[in-house]
Amino acid sequence: MADHAHALEHGLETSTGLDNRKLAIWTFIGSECLFFASLISNFLVHKRTWPSGPGPFPHDAWVSPSGQHFEPIIEIPLVTLGTALLLFSSLFVVLALANAQRGNRKGLLLWLGLTLLCGFFFVGMQVYEFSHFVHKGLTLKSNLYGASFFTLTGFHGTHVTLGVIWLLTLWIEAFRGKIPPAKSLNLEIAALYWHFVDVVWIVIFPVVYLIQ
Amino acid sequence: MDAHAPPTAAAAHDADHPSSGVYVKIGVVLFVLTALEVGLYEFTYGGHAGPAGQTLQPFFIPVLLLLSAAKFALVAMYYMHLKQDHRLFSGVFVFPLVIATVVIVSLIVLQAYHFAFARSG
Repeated sequence: MADHAHALEHGLETSTGLDNRKLAIWTFIGSECLFFASLISNFLVHKRTWPSGPGPFPHDAWVSPSGQHFEPIIEIPLVTLGTALLLFSSLFVVLALANAQRGNRKGLLLWLGLTLLCGFFFVGMQVYEFSHFVHKGLTLKSNLYGASFFTLTGFHGTHVTLGVIWLLTLWIEAFRGKIPPAKSLNLEIAALYWHFVDVVWIVIFPVVYLIQ
Repeated sequence: MDAHAPPTAAAAHDADHPSSGVYVKIGVVLFVLTALEVGLYEFTYGGHAGPAGQTLQPFFIPVLLLLSAAKFALVAMYYMHLKQDHRLFSGVFVFPLVIATVVIVSLIVLQAYHFAFARSG
């Protein structure tokens, strides 16, 4: 019983000498690579298909046979801001981890708090972007471009939201003084997930928003 | 981990993690690379596109993918600590990543073939 509790608290040592929780998150991240590869492939196949509804880029404005005028939908400055926020959040979470490993609770709370703030703003940016697109006439049902766009960026946004919730629980734990240096691996695992969400966006940003 | 427990390989690698200064430098590089991506877009297809932008168009996608790959590698190596951590973690990440890349490239080639030959044939 005591061994079981110890394993839950500290993870199991494996024959490799590596912590099983860290190996598990890396395996999960590996599987997520395949998940997002399928969504990115799907988007690339359907990127230039909008027989109805609005298209993404400036030269894609068009008037339908019924006389409806469709404006292009992509707003590069807004998405660039979101990208910068996500990149900064990756820097902040790694600084939070460095402070957690040094036992600097104030530094941990500060950098983790800033990470959360960036995460909140990114999710907010995506909610605004989605509502803006729907307002301009692009929905999941408009065309194949819309379906693949919302599926890809929606799943990424869901991952960011889950990451924000995860990091928020860790911030509360840190605030209560429950993340001493010996338990910094809890934060490292969440940080790995957060960085993965960031690297996925590093691919999505040029593929979805910049390449025409 | 207990205070008296023997150090594990994972704990030993924690000590090898880069300093905060290195993290900040990587952050600056990531920001600059993103600015280059957006700048390249603006001068090639965006609001500041001119005659010079048209000459850049053939290089646009390769350069953009190169910049993106550099950012991906920097985050994975330094922020995710793959450069310092056990090689098994790199293997568990890189192997599916290679499969993922092959899936994406295969579909692009398949689509290109479809548009170039299958439709006309």
